Amino acid sequence: MNNWIDIATLDDIPPRGARVVKTRLGCVAIFRTADDKVFALDDACPHKKGPLSEGITHGNAVTCPLHNWVIDLETGMAQGADTGRVKTYEIRIENDRILLDGTRLVDRSLHCADGAA
Amino acid sequence: MSQKLVVIGAGMASGRMLEELLALDEGAYDITLFGAEPRGNYNRIMLSPVLSGEKTYAEIVTHDADWYAANGVTCRFGEAVVRIDRKTKRVISAGGVTEYDKLVIATGSASFFVPVQGNNLPGVIGFRDLDDVEAMLEAADKPHSRAVIIGGGLLGLEAAAALNEQGMQVTVLHLMGHLMERQLDPAAGQLLQKELESRGIKVICRAHTNAILGHGRVEAVLLEDQSMHPADLVVMAAGIRPETRLGIDAGLHTERGIVVDDQMQTSDPDILALGECVEHDGTVYGLVAPLFDMAKVLARTLINQAAAFKAPEVSTKLKVTGVDLFSVGDFGDEHEEIVFRDPGLGVYKRITLKNDRIVGLVMYGDTSDSTWFFDKLKSAEDISDIRGSLIYGSAAVGADPLEAVAAMPDSTEVCGCNGVCKGTIVAAIGGGATDLAALKTMTKASASCGNCTGLVEQVLASTLGDDFVVPARAGICGCSDLTHEDIRQIIKSQKLKTIPAVMQEAGWKTPCGCHVCRPALNYYMIAEWPLEYADDLQSRLVNERNHANIQKDGTYSVVPRMWGGMTTPSELRAIADAAEKYNVPTIHVTGGQRIDLLGVQRDDLPAMWADLNTAGLVSGHAYSKGLRTVKTCVGSKHCRFGTQDSSGLGIKLEKILWGSWTPHKVKLAVSGCPRNCAEATCKDVGVICVDSGYEVSVAGAAGMEVKQTEALAKVTTEKEVIDLTVAFIQLYRENAAYLDRPYKWVAKVGMEWVRDRVLEDEAERLALCDRFEISQTVYRKDPWVEQAKPEYCLNKWAALADLTLEAAE
Ligand code: SRM
Ligand SMILES: Cc1cc2nc3c(=O)[nH]c(=O)nc-3n(C[C@H](O)[C@H](O)[C@H](O)COP(=O)(O)OP(=O)(O)OC[C@H]3O[C@@H](n4cnc5c(N)ncnc54)[C@H](O)[C@@H]3O)c2cc1C
Ligand code: SF4
Ligand code: FES
Repeated sequence: MNNWIDIATLDDIPPRGARVVKTRLGCVAIFRTADDKVFALDDACPHKKGPLSEGITHGNAVTCPLHNWVIDLETGMAQGADTGRVKTYEIRIENDRILLDGTRLVDRSLHCADGAA
Repeated sequence: MSQKLVVIGAGMASGRMLEELLALDEGAYDITLFGAEPRGNYNRIMLSPVLSGEKTYAEIVTHDADWYAANGVTCRFGEAVVRIDRKTKRVISAGGVTEYDKLVIATGSASFFVPVQGNNLPGVIGFRDLDDVEAMLEAADKPHSRAVIIGGGLLGLEAAAALNEQGMQVTVLHLMGHLMERQLDPAAGQLLQKELESRGIKVICRAHTNAILGHGRVEAVLLEDQSMHPADLVVMAAGIRPETRLGIDAGLHTERGIVVDDQMQTSDPDILALGECVEHDGTVYGLVAPLFDMAKVLARTLINQAAAFKAPEVSTKLKVTGVDLFSVGDFGDEHEEIVFRDPGLGVYKRITLKNDRIVGLVMYGDTSDSTWFFDKLKSAEDISDIRGSLIYGSAAVGADPLEAVAAMPDSTEVCGCNGVCKGTIVAAIGGGATDLAALKTMTKASASCGNCTGLVEQVLASTLGDDFVVPARAGICGCSDLTHEDIRQIIKSQKLKTIPAVMQEAGWKTPCGCHVCRPALNYYMIAEWPLEYADDLQSRLVNERNHANIQKDGTYSVVPRMWGGMTTPSELRAIADAAEKYNVPTIHVTGGQRIDLLGVQRDDLPAMWADLNTAGLVSGHAYSKGLRTVKTCVGSKHCRFGTQDSSGLGIKLEKILWGSWTPHKVKLAVSGCPRNCAEATCKDVGVICVDSGYEVSVAGAAGMEVKQTEALAKVTTEKEVIDLTVAFIQLYRENAAYLDRPYKWVAKVGMEWVRDRVLEDEAERLALCDRFEISQTVYRKDPWVEQAKPEYCLNKWAALADLTLEAAE
């Protein structure tokens, strides 16, 4: 079951850019591509937790601002020779509003809490 | 005693001939070399890139003073031979008489001036030597100046493209129905014309010149249809005429050129000739490849070795950046032909066939397979088996480029200019030449026009296998194979004013670039179109988008500007207050004479900026590819050795330069005396004050490399220092590749080139300063002001939503 949370309109995010949503366990980065696709990923690079929302978005990928790992926005997978994966969240666009799936955020809280333990 | 050899003309043919001769037998002759130009041998075909600014003269010199000295060649440059006295075997020149045992005439050719009224007016010049290039550049320097090129052949079009690049308004007047009619068919000629027109060059075909008009200097060209074409410069590129006067006067058998036999001997057995001034078997040549063959033969004849010159098949390429064009052989209509067009891509290919053999080839827009085709033409290979896919090139016929190179017979010519075959290159590789530079020295392959560099590298790769990696010289990044320099050129010449336009025109392979090319393109746009282009924050790396340096933990550092390294109690108090208010964990005094507040939370940045702004502090751009710091010492205000007000000058410079974006960061320093406490001699621009004025030097480095600055000029006023500095930085902004520091860029273009523009040429210096100031009307501002505004914080900076409560259920 999804729990869709209305977070913003599409125009709140610049094309080829990102902004964040704050959660109790750190930020989720919401990306908008040049062709208006929207993706949500943890705002922490699998390498050394660089803030992906501050990277350069190109195609369906983002380059981390700290050491230039390239992360695929659809899968959260690091590209090329690098390995690692960022958690992704489901997004729905309705009438230009961006909806984020809250269920997964809860899962994540639990999951991250486990991971941190 | 060795015999006396006198050579007339220090051009491309004689230079090569002397090399061949010295390699065969260095002691055979006492050599005297006469040259009418006041300089030695250079690579004349590279005058076009010199004219466009892509190369400097120093880069195209083929033989320098050391070489002549080392080889015992007596040089008489700047001294034309006026007469040959065959009876007494002497040549006569301004310096007197010189005796010879053997004489070589290599006088080349001269530009043909169409015989119309006014063709001798000042401002009407040919395109033949460095003096012509310099005269053209001088004309191009005047703002809004106009050039008319008479002749739309190879030479005329290279001049047109280069002068257009130099900012002139260019018109090409061509007599025939389409451009380069000797090498191109009408379809390819049209494509070429379209391309040139899209760069802003005006092309008029079937243009019959009637007269050249002007009072004391050229002002316009009048055509037979009575149309007038205003001109500050007229370039005669309507053809060349072999320079045969000496031969005719001496009674040598001369037709269109001085007639030579297969051994390069004239009708006088003691006089030989080669180059564009000769006629062999009814043909006069105008490209270097056959001349180099002549050089080989003539050198052997001189030492009585048997050799014979055979007329080669010659191909043509146009050296205009961004135009790919190749043509060879016969493309008359009487043969069968295969044509391929892709108007979308602007590609056109045409193969002419006779008895299942390729006899002619025209390629426009995509010349990648030209060697593959040319080879089949020269070897007269029967292509009936592959005819169906022939036009699609080597790939379609199932050959991968490296395999194709590996499969090439040793007799395949790789370097057209120097007639170097694959076998020669492979042998040299076997002999220890395992990189391009070594191959150039040993074989001359790729040493002239450089068009075959890629192919030579492929031969290296296919011969050495894994031991050689073809250098990734080309691409800016994976999104495009074009170099930074190519891209800047395309932006300028095609007037591209948005990043998507560049990607479209330059054929980007990705939809919207990547983190490597986008910041570069964004910079090129800002530098080229300061008033029109809107900075694209999404193409900025994080530091330049957030105007602070990101740290490893995602916090930021903030560095306010301290002009010239000077500060005041109230500034220090404001910095201390901000540090306390925003819980700054670390404060560091930087190597750039200012204070760094490290470990600031992203959310606190706008408020902190607002506070610092209120106290009169602005961003120090410690994060930017832009002006960083101007370090100073206290100078004459306090120091007992100070000669000038070094800190005052530093502050002035910083106030002029701050906020400007540059290809990489730029740092300055001003020291009050030669003790140089501000370390000015390792900066991008350094000023050392002395009693009599200021010593300005540039292109130093003290980061990953350490390099002392090179002197630019010694001047007497602050104003001159400022103008020189601004002009240098603007030249750098307009020309360097993104992420090249000034010292790297100067190493590429040469200090001489920089000095010519910034120092020697006052008009250019002032124009550079003007262009810098235009850009600064937009960029000399504090970026923090904008980002500290409440609406910016709310709509662009803050989190989209705060779900800290929701997600906790
Ligand atoms: C803060 C400072 C060190 C300090 O605490 O003293 C510093 C800090 C950094 N330097 Fe530096 N450099 C600092 C003076 C220098 C100097 C000395 C100078 O400017 O007089 C040099 C050598 C001179 C030169 O630039 O050639 C210097 C040569 C470099 C280089 C090598 C540049 C090169 O072309 O070789 C880099 C790397 C780069 O830019 O690509 C670099 C990069 C960096 C970066 C930006 C690395 C990064 O990307 O995070 C550091 C940012 C730290 C931060 O978050 O604030 N820094 N850096 C100095 C700031 C000066 C200022 O007030 O703006
Ligand atoms: C701008 C330009 C671009 C070109 N591009 C290409 C190209 O891409 N590919 C190609 O194959 N070819 C190209 N060419 C043609 C090529 O440069 C010539 O074919 C070649 O330089 C001819 O060599 P040469 O030695 O016969 O004559 P030159 O190189 O012209 O040398 C002759 C020299 O003799 C001197 N001289 C003349 N008379 C006297 C005298 N009485 N006493 C003393 N010295 C004298 C002249 O001043 C000159 O320096 C280009 C030419 C130009 C001008
Ligand atoms: S450089 Fe000269 S003026 Fe400056 S502090 Fe040193 S001694 Fe004094
Ligand atoms: S933290 Fe993202 S690449 Fe290093």
